[in-house]
Amino acid sequence: MSDRRAESALSDQFESVEQQHGADLFGMWIFLATEVMFFGGLLVAYAVYRHAYPHGFDLASHRLSVVFGTVDTAVLLCSSLTMVLAVRALRLGQRLPSIALLLATATLGCGFLVLHGTEYYHEWQEHLVPGRYFQFEGPHLTEAQLFFWLYFALTGLHSFHVIIGVVLMLVLAASVFERRLDAERYIALEVSGLYWHFVDIVWVFLFPLLYLIGLR
Amino acid sequence: MSAPIVAIKVYLKVWGALLLLLALTVAAAYVPMGEFHLPVALAISVTKAFLIVFVFMEIKWGGRLLHLAAIAALLWLAIFFVLTFNDYLTRDLPSALVR
Amino acid sequence: MSYLTKQTLRSWFFATDHKRIGILYLITILFFFTIASVAAAMMRIELITPQGDFVTNETYNKLFTLHGVLMVWFFLIPSIPAVLGNFVLPLMLGARDVAFPRLNLLSWYIFIAGGTLALWSLLHGGVDTGWTFYTPYSSTYANGHVVSMAMGIFVAGLSSILTGLNFIVTTHKMRAPGLTWFRLPLFVWSLYATALIMVLATPVLAITLGLVCLERFWGVGIFDPRLGGDPVLFQHLFWFYSHPAVYIMILPGMGVVSELITCFARKRVFGYSWIACSSMAIALLGFVVWGHHMFVTSQSVFAGIVFSLLSYMVSVPSAIKVFNWTATLHKGSITFDTPMLYALGFIGLFTIGGLTGLFLAALGFDVHVTDTYFVVAHFHYIMVGGMVMAFMGGLHFWWPKITGRTFPELTGKIAAWTTFLGFNLTFFPQFILGYLGMPRRYHAYPPEFQFFHVLSTAGASILAVGYFMPFCYLLWSLKWGSVATSNPWKATGLEWQTPSPPPEHNFAEVPTVLNGPYDYDAAKNTFCPQTEEGYV
Repeated sequence: MSDRRAESALSDQFESVEQQHGADLFGMWIFLATEVMFFGGLLVAYAVYRHAYPHGFDLASHRLSVVFGTVDTAVLLCSSLTMVLAVRALRLGQRLPSIALLLATATLGCGFLVLHGTEYYHEWQEHLVPGRYFQFEGPHLTEAQLFFWLYFALTGLHSFHVIIGVVLMLVLAASVFERRLDAERYIALEVSGLYWHFVDIVWVFLFPLLYLIGLR
Repeated sequence: MSAPIVAIKVYLKVWGALLLLLALTVAAAYVPMGEFHLPVALAISVTKAFLIVFVFMEIKWGGRLLHLAAIAALLWLAIFFVLTFNDYLTRDLPSALVR
Repeated sequence: MSYLTKQTLRSWFFATDHKRIGILYLITILFFFTIASVAAAMMRIELITPQGDFVTNETYNKLFTLHGVLMVWFFLIPSIPAVLGNFVLPLMLGARDVAFPRLNLLSWYIFIAGGTLALWSLLHGGVDTGWTFYTPYSSTYANGHVVSMAMGIFVAGLSSILTGLNFIVTTHKMRAPGLTWFRLPLFVWSLYATALIMVLATPVLAITLGLVCLERFWGVGIFDPRLGGDPVLFQHLFWFYSHPAVYIMILPGMGVVSELITCFARKRVFGYSWIACSSMAIALLGFVVWGHHMFVTSQSVFAGIVFSLLSYMVSVPSAIKVFNWTATLHKGSITFDTPMLYALGFIGLFTIGGLTGLFLAALGFDVHVTDTYFVVAHFHYIMVGGMVMAFMGGLHFWWPKITGRTFPELTGKIAAWTTFLGFNLTFFPQFILGYLGMPRRYHAYPPEFQFFHVLSTAGASILAVGYFMPFCYLLWSLKWGSVATSNPWKATGLEWQTPSPPPEHNFAEVPTVLNGPYDYDAAKNTFCPQTEEGYV
């Protein structure tokens, strides 16, 4: 029985499970490198405009809630913990704890989305969404609108990645439940964990860059 | 050769460190630092990122290849920033942009 | 039982075999090449007379945009990597397939999706921004289906990224025993360098086009001067990708040429490690020169000087390759088979294109010829005189392996010469036109330019014949060409150690590599394949 499972774990094109494991990990790291460049383009734009309009960005950033931002970050950091524990549990053959930890990760991810969605709602109400209804007191209206455009683009792109991550966690939880993944075949979990941690790292940078400008 | 299974304590310690660093990030934002705010904030974020990459993502066990992928990403991002700012920092215009 | 034996629709549309995916890509890119060629034909017909009398201004703008977008993203960038690379890379490595075969198929599906979006945009009236989508025109003022076209490119870019990822992992992880890095065929080195660019540059294109779409959707954005935005920032973001992209559109061609020159001169490549390392150098240096597309913008003069200097540096590795190919030919035993004709054509035409790139890297000269036909001629010499010729050469070289048939050699030679002559007649006059001041993207011009335009259009019709001929005889060969042996060109690579066409999993047993590539002896007229003990 374990022979058949071990066999089905090895795809045709590979000679050994080690080779496949190594290829899968390397493939995901390359994908994360592409994501760094993807976010990177937007960060370059952010950097150029922050450098050009420091005062406007200061004032605009004050309108973001530091409390919400801090809780957002804490939630994601916790979700990285549950993720890494989920992989560990599966490698130790602890099927149900692994599923629970995956669901916890997904829940924390959803928590982040709910919190952030609430922020978006407040920003919409306060006329901080760029476009026809944008309002901002003071002489730096255009600069503030630029800041908020970048804020929504960066956090929106990030949230989109979180949504994909949450869906991924649910699919993985189902796979572990149906025993398609186990202590011998856990690479999908490991590789998804890498993705999740990356999404966390992006937020770790976005938080101070967007929420904590010019606070003193 | 897979990474060895890490004790839960290690993960918890790193998680604790990350939350502490988060507190530090917020606190530092309120301390008057002049133009050092950005470098300090980035330095703390980089520390958090290192903890996540080295402990949670276990990059050490992947071998040189994974290190290369990570370094390449950072290097290329650096090239992008440096050469773009090479333009914006050397323009004659007062606000460095269109106006 | 070859990989072609099963012939159901299902076996093609759900193929995870890299060889079939290569053929799927071939058919797809030919489709887009045809549409883009029709656009070019219409442009050249318009340009026969100085008046804009064949199409309206707006239509002409849409034609050159369509031509550029389809040729760059839906023909050239996938061409050698996704067709020849997909087919040949695992064979050259002694592998059974790429690292991620299902991802490979997904890449093709995604490419089709991107193409469909681009076609949708075309059928609804198209886009007139030029393939470069400069803001604020594209982001604010353009009418037309910018978003669908940009999204089509975005999606095709994702396909490119996944192919690059697959090739990098495959090259690192799936080489046969004994196949060290410096025993790899130079085509593999070039595909690897190309894959690095695909993976690191394309995401920036994706975000840039995404930002343009977001700006159109929201009505405001970061490239809008009314908000204090800088339209030139778009150009930085765009060219950060698009300059390395042109190296995606030449490096694989250089790899093919290395394979062809050594085989048809029956001589080991001169300076193997120099050529291998120069591919990597081009991939790296290609990322630091993008500002040379922006010399006449508000980019600072200092940045212009830096980019100009770096642009001179990036020409060095390319020149190294040309010197090494030439040295390989020296005292070789050269036969002028069809693939070799294309390879030799490449060397001459790429050299002209490359040299004129140096002219353009000089700030003063560039200001004079920016946005003129000089630039158009420069990049067509490289992309068409270079890359497309290399693609044709590679296609003819590996045709027997891919299909198990040989093509008629004399017809092949005639087509190669027709292409070469037609190409030069089309594009050389354009250097002169540009230098004399003819702007690009204009369909009406002063009468003194007409002579060269007529020459160019005449050349284009000959070039069209040159491309149409292989399309006919290669298809013909599928049914009536003579059956190919496993190694008709007596080449040394691992791909020639399998039957023509290969079985589904390439090798019955994973081969062991005992020799360097290109163990040819011109004097004794012998060769030693990579699976036998030889010089390295």
